[in-house]
Amino acid sequence: MVKNVIPASLNEALNLLNERPFKIMAGGTDLMVQRRAWSQTPPEFNEDVLYIFNLEELKYIKEEDGYIVIGSTTPVEDLLYSDLAPNLLKEAIGIMASPALRHMATIAGNIGNASPAGDTLPILYALDAIIVLQSVEGVRELPIDEVITGPRRHVMNQNEIIKEIKIPICVFTDSVFEKVGGRQADAISKVSFTGAINIKDNKVLDFRIAFGAVSATILRRKEIESKYIGLTKEELIGRVDDIVIDYDPFVRPIDDQRSNKEYRKTVALNLLRNFVITL
Amino acid sequence: MAKIKFVLNNKEIEMDENPNLRLLDVLRDKFEFTGVKEGCGEGECGACAVLINNDVVNSCIVPLGNVNGKEIMTIEGFSETKKFEVIKDAYADEGAVQCGICTPGMIIASESLLNKNPKPTDEEIRIGLSGNLCRCTGYNMIVKAVKKASKKGDGLW
Repeated sequence: MVKNVIPASLNEALNLLNERPFKIMAGGTDLMVQRRAWSQTPPEFNEDVLYIFNLEELKYIKEEDGYIVIGSTTPVEDLLYSDLAPNLLKEAIGIMASPALRHMATIAGNIGNASPAGDTLPILYALDAIIVLQSVEGVRELPIDEVITGPRRHVMNQNEIIKEIKIPICVFTDSVFEKVGGRQADAISKVSFTGAINIKDNKVLDFRIAFGAVSATILRRKEIESKYIGLTKEELIGRVDDIVIDYDPFVRPIDDQRSNKEYRKTVALNLLRNFVITL
Repeated sequence: MAKIKFVLNNKEIEMDENPNLRLLDVLRDKFEFTGVKEGCGEGECGACAVLINNDVVNSCIVPLGNVNGKEIMTIEGFSETKKFEVIKDAYADEGAVQCGICTPGMIIASESLLNKNPKPTDEEIRIGLSGNLCRCTGYNMIVKAVKKASKKGDGLW
């Protein structure tokens, strides 16, 4: 017998998750579309649904021990108006979806949905976000790239819930988020690009690149980034061809209804090139 | 089934319903608020826009379970306010309504924008209404109407 539940507290939600499997619903902006049925009928769920969106105890943005900590049911629109939220994250949120969706959408939903085109995911990868998972047994913290294992696949256990996202506070002298889609608002990315750099005394101290929708998970290669640490800005710009060649084999997009692999790959590498040469 | 309480157009509601129901269907079929339109049914066109706690949302992708404890306002409830009068007159003056199917959603999105930003620039209006599609006007008259409402309704927002 189907029994959907709106828990009154996180504790109640965790206990329920420990008893039996549920589909966890946060803002529903992905799930309600994926499970959409005919007009005038509810979406189709084979599993019981646990409604956590209104758990106020998971709605917060705070600074703690060198991290910005974001509660999992915080709508992304709240982050836009927060002084604490990292600028790069705000940049991505500012151009994702539309106000109506941003009032419901959550970062935790992007993680749970684990789409390679999730708008905030490249930012979470670039910023080394840590995902805090909670169950009745306690909490565990995992880096974002260990949580998501493939398209729509993640390592979360049936009894776990995303409690919060911890983003280390870091400094960039320049950063960009670029999204290419069929329409400016409300489009799922054909490809997205994130670049962030910290240059001090003309030395590259930090260099981070992430791509969305060009591989099974968000593409970030720390071993490539580290090759270019310590260069001057001019040296880095001079090596733009090497940088593009380094990323080329890892940019392996697919053909789908939104775009094709040739277009995606060309655009992704052009965005990378443009980021470097316009530093 | 689950017990769900919310405020709808200033009236307290308590229901024992399937929380998976789309808010859109509940508003149209159970409460007959048919100013809430279904367009795309997947959150891209904004015809089904309503306010939840003063913020615009697309009711076609809001499950009933997510409105527990919230305040919902449809175009019908909003049409009894002074702010609506100002927005309505501005839309009429600027010719911002043609076929009309996007209009309730446009007005709800306009209200949500003005609530957060009483003096939006043209660019901010376009971003504020970016989730609402209109296939008649070409948007320019709608942007002008929101600008006019912001000016005429000075102090209301």
